[in-house]
Amino acid sequence: MRMYGAVFNQPVSDTSLIGCPQCDLLQRLPALAPGASARCPRCDHELWRHREDSLNRTLALTLAAAALYLLANSVPMLGLTVVGRQAFTTVFGGAVQLWHDGQQIVAGLVLFSAVIAPALQIGLMLAIVLGAHRQRPPAWVGKLLRYHPTTRTWSMIEVMLIGVMVALIKIAELATVIPGIALFALGALVFVLAAMQAAFDPREVWDRIEWAEAGARHTAAGNVTAEVTS
Amino acid sequence: MSPPALTAMQQGLQSCEGCGLLSRPAPGEAEGHCPRCGEELTFRKHDSLQRTWAFVIAAAVCYIPANILPVLTTFTASGAESDTILQGVVLLWSPTGWPLSLIVLIASIIIPSAKIMALVYLLVSVQRGSIKNNEQRVRLYRMVEFIGRWSMVDVFVDTFTASLVQLQPLMSVAPGPGLFFFAAVVVLTMLAVESFDPRLIWDPISRQSNAGMELMKLEV
Repeated sequence: MRMYGAVFNQPVSDTSLIGCPQCDLLQRLPALAPGASARCPRCDHELWRHREDSLNRTLALTLAAAALYLLANSVPMLGLTVVGRQAFTTVFGGAVQLWHDGQQIVAGLVLFSAVIAPALQIGLMLAIVLGAHRQRPPAWVGKLLRYHPTTRTWSMIEVMLIGVMVALIKIAELATVIPGIALFALGALVFVLAAMQAAFDPREVWDRIEWAEAGARHTAAGNVTAEVTS
Repeated sequence: MSPPALTAMQQGLQSCEGCGLLSRPAPGEAEGHCPRCGEELTFRKHDSLQRTWAFVIAAAVCYIPANILPVLTTFTASGAESDTILQGVVLLWSPTGWPLSLIVLIASIIIPSAKIMALVYLLVSVQRGSIKNNEQRVRLYRMVEFIGRWSMVDVFVDTFTASLVQLQPLMSVAPGPGLFFFAAVVVLTMLAVESFDPRLIWDPISRQSNAGMELMKLEV
């Protein structure tokens, strides 16, 4: 069946049969008790960790992450005073200053990895978890789920926090440094984001999701009727 | 004994990188889309080795200006002073500041060069069809994948130093041209890791063990 030039593969009848993503070893995923995990016998890659009450816990942690993210990006992160003069900066302000200093590409990278990617990581997760609460999550949940790991790769809050610490101590030799509220919010956000990822079990969502092929079948059927009537 | 090494590819099955579903291409088709999530399926990432080589070589080229050109310039009343990454590490080194200096040294100098060397080793060993040290090589790949983002530390240090120290005419800090090349090294090595297909490490050994296993039937 051809849809938008897409040919769908024939799925194996038993979805517990998988190929290891890191060595392609064909194997059967055992049924796991919540909290247990399965590893590839050949390359030791963790294939699946069955999370307990995954959706509810992830939702709670995602909401906490969203609140911390908004706080961290709306208040000053660092300030300094020297001979009566004060200066403050936010995460966003750091990227803007870099832009004005002629480093537009690096500014874009900083903005992407410290502001945009974390927002996508939290926002997509929220949409995925809310969508997955339905009995049969719609296909768009799967689309977001496919791109979620990319946002996770490029979201670098924890790396930025270490960078800020180093900058803070460097500057402390020259001036009095004032850690802002955003700095503490970011510190908490690092842990909440890690917990959010750890609570989430994508396999649980994939098992219940509406298949892309089924959606295409509906559309294809619709096209056929349209042709008949015209 | 080790289990019979039979891969999905040897069974004509494609594993979805998006959702993990195993499926078989439609008759007459080499590759198709995942029926569950719609992702384009391939047996192995397309042109994985060429693409990874391209990113690694580009990263190695950028590594040189990243270390030679200054990343920060400090303007004070007594003049301007430019620092490279290594000079930044040295400046930070003090009886109390050495742990931070060490972090920057590891994240900015040791990790990027180790990453480039590790990727070259993985590429060469895969191209030579090596069947040795597979577990160690896949572990090395995972380490490179996990650790890569931490090289961004220096970019953030310089960003926030430059954005905060704006006390003209007393003192100000501006980013230098080395910063762009340094950020390029980090991004290019991350892209190299992403385009490398770790399954290629195992293919030679799978082919070998499959020779005596043609008759093994899969219980589906």
